[in-house]
Amino acid sequence: MFLINCPFCGERDQSEFSSGGEAHIVRPKQPTELSDDEWAEYLFMRKNIKGIQFERWNHVHGCRKWFNIVRDTSNDKILSVYKMGEKPPVNYK
Amino acid sequence: MPNYRIHKTEYIDETKRVSFKYDGKTYFGYEGDTLASALLANGIHLVGRSFKYHRPRGIVSCGAEEPNAICQIGSKKDLTEPNVRATELELYEGLEASSQNCWPNVKFDIGGINNFISPLIPAGFYYKTFMWPKSFWKKVYEPLIRLSAGLGKSPTEPDPDIYDHKYVHYDVLVIGGGVSGIIAAKMAAKNNLKTLLVDDKKILGGSTIYQNNESIKIDDKLSSEWLKNEIQEIKKLSNLTIKTRTSIAAYHGYNFLLAKENLTDHLPEEKKKNKIRQRLWKIRAKKVVIAAGSIERPLVFNNNDRPGILLSNSINKYLDYYGVTCGENIILFTNNDSAYETSISLHKKGIKNIIVDLRKSASSELIKQAESLGIKIYFNHVVTNTFGYRKINSLEIMKLSEDGNTTVGNKIRLSCDCLGMSGGWTPMVHMHTQSGGKLDFRDEDQVFLPKENSEDQISVGSCNGDFDLENIIDKTVNKINKFLDIDNQDYQDTNIICSKENDKRNIWLLPNKIPLGKTKCFIDFQNDSTAKDIKLALKEGFRSIEHVKRYTTTGMATDQGKLSNMHALGIIADTAGVKMGTLGTTTFRPPFTPLTFGTLVGRNVGKFFEVVRKTSMHEWHVENNAEFENVGQWKRPWYYPKNGENMHDAVQRESKAARDSAGILDASTLGKIDIQGTDASEFLNRVYTNAWSKLAIRKCRYGLMLNEDGMVYDDGVTTRISENHYLMTTTTGGAANVLSKLEDYLQTEWPELDVYLTSVTDHYSTASICGPNSKKILNKLFPNLDLSDENFPHMSFKEDKLKNINCRIMRISFTGELSYEINIESKYGHSLWKMCIEAGKEFNLTPYGTETMHLLRAEKGFIIVGQDTDGTMTPSDLQMDWIVSKKKYDFIGKRSLYRSDTIREDRKQLVGLLTDDPKEILEEGAQIVSDVKSKPIDMLGHVTSSYFSPNLNKSIALAVVRSGKTMKGQKLIIPMENKNINVTVSDTIFLDKENKRLNA
Ligand SMILES: [Zn+2]
Repeated sequence: MFLINCPFCGERDQSEFSSGGEAHIVRPKQPTELSDDEWAEYLFMRKNIKGIQFERWNHVHGCRKWFNIVRDTSNDKILSVYKMGEKPPVNYK
Repeated sequence: MPNYRIHKTEYIDETKRVSFKYDGKTYFGYEGDTLASALLANGIHLVGRSFKYHRPRGIVSCGAEEPNAICQIGSKKDLTEPNVRATELELYEGLEASSQNCWPNVKFDIGGINNFISPLIPAGFYYKTFMWPKSFWKKVYEPLIRLSAGLGKSPTEPDPDIYDHKYVHYDVLVIGGGVSGIIAAKMAAKNNLKTLLVDDKKILGGSTIYQNNESIKIDDKLSSEWLKNEIQEIKKLSNLTIKTRTSIAAYHGYNFLLAKENLTDHLPEEKKKNKIRQRLWKIRAKKVVIAAGSIERPLVFNNNDRPGILLSNSINKYLDYYGVTCGENIILFTNNDSAYETSISLHKKGIKNIIVDLRKSASSELIKQAESLGIKIYFNHVVTNTFGYRKINSLEIMKLSEDGNTTVGNKIRLSCDCLGMSGGWTPMVHMHTQSGGKLDFRDEDQVFLPKENSEDQISVGSCNGDFDLENIIDKTVNKINKFLDIDNQDYQDTNIICSKENDKRNIWLLPNKIPLGKTKCFIDFQNDSTAKDIKLALKEGFRSIEHVKRYTTTGMATDQGKLSNMHALGIIADTAGVKMGTLGTTTFRPPFTPLTFGTLVGRNVGKFFEVVRKTSMHEWHVENNAEFENVGQWKRPWYYPKNGENMHDAVQRESKAARDSAGILDASTLGKIDIQGTDASEFLNRVYTNAWSKLAIRKCRYGLMLNEDGMVYDDGVTTRISENHYLMTTTTGGAANVLSKLEDYLQTEWPELDVYLTSVTDHYSTASICGPNSKKILNKLFPNLDLSDENFPHMSFKEDKLKNINCRIMRISFTGELSYEINIESKYGHSLWKMCIEAGKEFNLTPYGTETMHLLRAEKGFIIVGQDTDGTMTPSDLQMDWIVSKKKYDFIGKRSLYRSDTIREDRKQLVGLLTDDPKEILEEGAQIVSDVKSKPIDMLGHVTSSYFSPNLNKSIALAVVRSGKTMKGQKLIIPMENKNINVTVSDTIFLDKENKRLNA
């Protein structure tokens, strides 16, 4: 059970949060211009990495804010937490 | 009655005699006993039958690892508990226990016949044999297995006990109250760290607390005496919490642990009453010290499972802690020094014993001591067989060959009434691995050890592979100082004298002249798997330990292989000719020992099981005899039976009344989201399929919401209250998810939009009045409101006061009738409802529930998201293309509506179905076909909604059917168990296609 450092509320138990999958997938600005394959890439394709992964989380039973984290899925260590709209930390890739 | 209690100890209170029943017979023990020690004191070893062969089995251990002595406690239907380990259960007055897994009784067991047909029950027996013939399953195998096997009986009535949960936070958690745990806890607490020490036993001290060998001393005292002092000292530390009878069940990431505290299991029944039985501790600790200790290993030889064969160290504990000897003529069979401690203890109490040691020779302080006491030792010998049916009475030993692979020379037969075995020690690395830690293998004594200790977790003591006392104390002190970054000097000058073990020899499967196929060398006592089974699995091609484990069921019983996993691994490695460390281990899964469901559930039982949401009109519904339906967490009136009506009759009456005169529905549970901001219209444009910019103020519009994959997600009516203010309604079940989805898009995709969302579902109560007389009822309630179609047309919104209280009134309809929804602040909801009922009396205003609502909307072909849709339906599939804007550049899900898959013509599409026999009501979920003769039958779709319509006097149904749009008028078949029902595809709208009733 993770301890997640909500950028708005501080450290809270994982049970207060819900996970929103892979981060930094931007909704295309002009979906109608996309081919079926390109749209499918946005819609369905998600990474499932063993190692450093960028994820969206929502403090659903708290401030209800969305934010991003960097997590090492091999040991579940959360390496960084940052707000929506902020650039991902560069030292992980 | 025999008495094997041969001396007094400080842990047994001989002034407090306790009577208990075992298998119906009354015995006596003392306060301080476990059920196992009390049974042994009464000379009882035989406590059960093995699972597969029904061989007689006895008590093996004195702790959580016990595979055999598991019993059923009590016989009451609500309180009886199966699979309780007698070695852990503290004795109390009036305890009733019985042996499990034996029928008709433990001494005469019919399943014992399996023992004689055991060559027919090899590994994978159940997989191989019970496959065929199929008919044998129901008639022969299953009844037999059920009768003669099984591990105890579950209670059949609800558990009346109270359970509790508690969250705690500590700087340091120490798991295990043996010598290393006590030292760690003391060091942490004395350095101002808030510390919790847990131990599963009644008292602290581990196995050192009853240690009484003169060659093991700390500061010139017996180690047990020294430790008692330490315990007295730590009890004085104010920031140390000590929890005994508390065992860690699970170790999750981020140092989150679950512990079970037993509060009343040791008390007599009358003292248990009204007390919390068990408490689940949810612990967050900054740092965790694992001092979980180690478990003695059995040895694997022929017939190593007879009653009277125990772990050597358990014999020692029963003797020195409980004052009970396990026999009068004991043989100890060992490959290490620890059995010598047992031997010396027995000798000192006058119990005759000899040692069989498979090491060629060995020397240490302990061995010298045993030799000087004249204890007979057979070095380089191995036990090859044991005898005695209900209890061991003799055994055979033979000399080992030079390489240890075979036996040589003559058999020597030795009589005995008890055999202690010691195959070395297995560090309890469960907690370490549960938390994600890796293991290393130490060849020298064949143990898995924690590989690395992280900055927030450490293993100390024998669970870290440190076995002699000097090693344990020195290493623990050094490691804890480093781990906690402190400089504790308490143990700087502690002087430790102990015997050092110098010689080791381990053989996982001991050699025998008898071919393996004819031996019974048990590895897993509880699941009855033998060395032969493991070898057979390997022969049949199994390689992975996880597969061998499942195929042979080794380590899969309630003890989770605490005594058997290492031997299984060892034998696999030896047979496959690989190094044991390279095989890995099986996964150590929580819980460490079984938990009761009660502990896991805690207080969340009965009415606390789940949150229940009630509308402000709820009491009226109850008073008026409503039957309720659960919709999400909401309790919604389902129908209101009158004068003993059944559901069908009530729904027919309610539906007719709503169309003929007036009906009223509690619609408060619909989700309501208040949407404000200068970009509110733009936001709605993006989340609904239709256009919103041009919706006039004080008008309402129906909207359909898709997922990004183009599938219908939710629907509802949204009202424009003012320029930048909307009120959205959602389905009852979808309310929370819709709000989350909208927030997600606002925060992550469109943060530039000026929009604010507030859930107001609970803030407003809603009474929905429909039917031709609804306008008259409204007029009585709101005499000043102009209800004319010109002033207040369909799909519009007004505000008015009801006795000075503001109401929001929408003229919208989910039934196809003229209909008004009155919203009022929730605290006035009950009054509003009663005033509506009163005003409607003269018009036979009939309260109706969800079932009638579903019927009425089905007559009109209105969908219910989640009933007629299932996450695979597009608006076009629902024949709702009219609601999808062609002009809007984008909205959620738009692009997906013309993917190659969503534009297929042969998707399942919503249609109406009419049965050829108008009285025949279809079953929702029934399959639809066009041809019952072809094989396999081609399934075209299924029925989603089905009712008998009293207004049309015929059965109607909605269904999704492949290419349904093009099938109007076509005949289809609904094949049921006993008949085929003929239907015709129809329009989805069954009543009032012209929408005349909306303006009736
Ligand atoms: Zn927060």
